Amino acid sequence: MNAISLTPQDLAIASSLILFDAALSLVLHLRLHWKIIIASARMVGQLVLIGFVLKWIFAINNPAVTLGLIVLMVLIAARETAARPERRFKGQTGLGIGAASVASATLVTALFALTTALRPHPWYDPHYAVPLAGILLGNILNATSLSLDAFLGSIAREKPAVEARLTLGATYWQAATPFVRDAIRRGLVPIINQMSAAGVVTLPGIMTGQILAGLDPLEAVKYQILLMFLLAGGSGLAAAGAAYLAAWRLTDERQRLRLDRLQARKG
Amino acid sequence: MTDETTTAALRIQGLKSALAGPFDLNVAHGGCIGITGQSGSGKSLFLRMICDLDPNEGEVWLDGVARSTMTSPAWRRQVVYVPAESGWWDDHILAHFPNDQRDAARAMATRLGLPDDILGGLVSRLSTGERQRMALIRAFLMNAPVLLLDEPTSALDGDGAARIEAILSERLAAGMALVLVTHDPAQARRMATQRYVMAAGKLTAAPKDGSGAAS
Repeated sequence: MNAISLTPQDLAIASSLILFDAALSLVLHLRLHWKIIIASARMVGQLVLIGFVLKWIFAINNPAVTLGLIVLMVLIAARETAARPERRFKGQTGLGIGAASVASATLVTALFALTTALRPHPWYDPHYAVPLAGILLGNILNATSLSLDAFLGSIAREKPAVEARLTLGATYWQAATPFVRDAIRRGLVPIINQMSAAGVVTLPGIMTGQILAGLDPLEAVKYQILLMFLLAGGSGLAAAGAAYLAAWRLTDERQRLRLDRLQARKG
Repeated sequence: MTDETTTAALRIQGLKSALAGPFDLNVAHGGCIGITGQSGSGKSLFLRMICDLDPNEGEVWLDGVARSTMTSPAWRRQVVYVPAESGWWDDHILAHFPNDQRDAARAMATRLGLPDDILGGLVSRLSTGERQRMALIRAFLMNAPVLLLDEPTSALDGDGAARIEAILSERLAAGMALVLVTHDPAQARRMATQRYVMAAGKLTAAPKDGSGAAS
């Protein structure tokens, strides 16, 4: 079986569904029609662009360029993680925490995969490194921002409880660890759900894409299983990294809870 | 050094933050500093600085030992601060008391006029006044040489407040030092060995005629 190549006309017909959504928004006063149109236009623009970038990167096959692209992707992901939580750090701390946890989790998981299961030649072959980094980043970004959001939100809300422990002589880490733990759990929930539902409730996107593109289902399944393991590992690393870094930034040498390092909450 | 500083249980020097101070204060063994003043004048900030919960400059000594020479948990175990509204880190009241303190906690609850089985309940079921007393019991059981209390009886009636004051008086007689922030000028008169008024982040001795009361 060969992949059915899509023509621009095919896509144009499919885009009528976006217009349907927009119409729905107008009729039901969802006030989403511009958002839907802008988001879908962004999606098309971004994907076409990345398609050309990948084509170019695969063609020149230069490790420095591959690395440059991955670093750029990591930075964009870090910015997203810093911007998503409801409670945010003042200054650049959130960006730093996002970058550190996203970059280290992606790097460790991707290198692990490229040196064990996948082993392309050379190991930094962009055909493997870039898509792998991309899918890892998406999930790691999600785990990081969920973990960060959970930690900052809960510790800010539970300030009296944390300080009650501190006033009774607990160390900062004794008082903060329950919140770190909850944050990591929160970061891991999506991948656990994804794994539980895979193949039963949902056909994972990668696998579906490969099958649609003509790959043998069992080959696609093996890839999907590998990816799920990688995503679970990456999510764990990122969620733990983000929560511990955030907890560390919210205290000082006198073991205080320094919520003054967060921005004031808006309305 | 005056006699007062040599015998001071708690000595505070140049304690300040961007929001309040500088403060200089000595609290003798058995001494009770009563502080009144309007809301927002810096009374709670002062207590939080003493127990090192907020960033601050200056130095505090406990029986001549500087705060900066010990870890903050060690300091906070000895200089115990109870805010006007205490926090709870578990739904169950019992979880806030270590195993070896539970009998003492029950005895103290009875003494404060609380139901016998109160320890077995949920924090969310406590009234404001019950919550306030449980938080005080939690702090009393630390047997700390210094207590910093912020409005400890604000949610209690006259009898409830008197029971708290009785425990405080016993502790003071045994040598504990107390810094007591209160809105109630009568309580300040009853308890305090020295009275101060906080205004705009500054502490001044209350007039000797006894009218140094909060508005």
